Amino acid sequence: MANKPESTEKEMAHIEIMIGRILQIGVVIAAIVMLIGLILLLVNGGDGGYAVGHQPTTISTILSGTAHMKPYAIMMVGMFCLILTPVLRVVVSIYAFYKEHDHLYVWITTAVLIILCVSFIIGHTV
Amino acid sequence: MIVTTLLLIGVGLFAGIAGAILGLGGGIIITPVLTLAMGLDIKYAIGASIIAVIATSSGSTIAYLRDEVLNLRVAMFLEIATTIGGIAGALLTGILDPKWLYLLFGALLVFSGWNMWRKLRRGQEIVSDVKPDRLATKLKLNSSYYDKVEMKQIDYQVERVPQGFLVMLGAGLASGMLGIGSGAFKVTAMDTFMKMPLKPSSATSNLMMGVTAAASATVYFFNGSILPNIAVPLALGILVGAVLGSRIMQVLPARVIRMIFVPVILLIGLQMLYKGIMGVN
Repeated sequence: MANKPESTEKEMAHIEIMIGRILQIGVVIAAIVMLIGLILLLVNGGDGGYAVGHQPTTISTILSGTAHMKPYAIMMVGMFCLILTPVLRVVVSIYAFYKEHDHLYVWITTAVLIILCVSFIIGHTV
Repeated sequence: MIVTTLLLIGVGLFAGIAGAILGLGGGIIITPVLTLAMGLDIKYAIGASIIAVIATSSGSTIAYLRDEVLNLRVAMFLEIATTIGGIAGALLTGILDPKWLYLLFGALLVFSGWNMWRKLRRGQEIVSDVKPDRLATKLKLNSSYYDKVEMKQIDYQVERVPQGFLVMLGAGLASGMLGIGSGAFKVTAMDTFMKMPLKPSSATSNLMMGVTAAASATVYFFNGSILPNIAVPLALGILVGAVLGSRIMQVLPARVIRMIFVPVILLIGLQMLYKGIMGVN
């Protein structure tokens, strides 16, 4: 019942391994940053470096907090890296499909990325 | 502080294993623990759940890609539907009464749970009488995966692509508006409607739900709904759990996974029907 060409299967294996490796790197980086932040928080006795019930939520305060080694700021950086991993996967997929000359899926994946960007923008204006 | 952190890591570990095996986001485990057991505000529980979905997705996808369990083309194609549905959901908030969505999607999950239960009773996991679908062939969606339990390569075909696409559109709408069911609908669309085997359905759902969640995650991230002291230990536990879960899933018989899946999906469906009838938001 399988009637797919051999090339499609080999091609998919290449694409999947490429995306998997890059995703793994992204996840490991996110995990390490979150872990550093969490360890610092525990060492500080639960003091995140900000007033109780507060945390940095803008890019500039997160970055300046990270420069001062504030636990909450580092944890936010780690979580932001984690949030970016699925987006990274979509971007890498476009490249991978392009390299394997699967033009139909270059378009499909690009469409997903564009819709994703639109939803980011809508999410921040609504 | 340390006790709470360890507890969260433990909850995450469990949610990650379960989520990776079933292809669900783990919100059904995490939200009650955070709100009922820890007394956290629902706003922060939702923020933590979003991070949990992404951690489950990215953690399990690494193994599913390497072992070629998931179907990347199906995922990419259907992501068009879920992301458009997600945007529509965000825009329709406040216009559309969520009550009807709860009723509609609750009923869909209950139907799907009943369907899966029938499949269990028939005892036939791989559907071999799937009709060749022109659209599926054109989109190169038919594929195969290596089943570590049956010790063989299983070829499968994908059926009823438009229906699957429509359910995904609804799934995106529901998770965009209601913030729930990110994984349950995806597995349903692939398994029940498109006749994909359960393992690739679950693995592909895991891959997809990360993308759907990422779109709304930045909103929660910048409005302060994601508390680092809650979400970070949870995410670390989930990452480890999802990596373990994605290995466990492959050595579990599909039948066993379905046996766990049916009550879970029925529970989510009934919960949604209840919210729709009672008008709870």
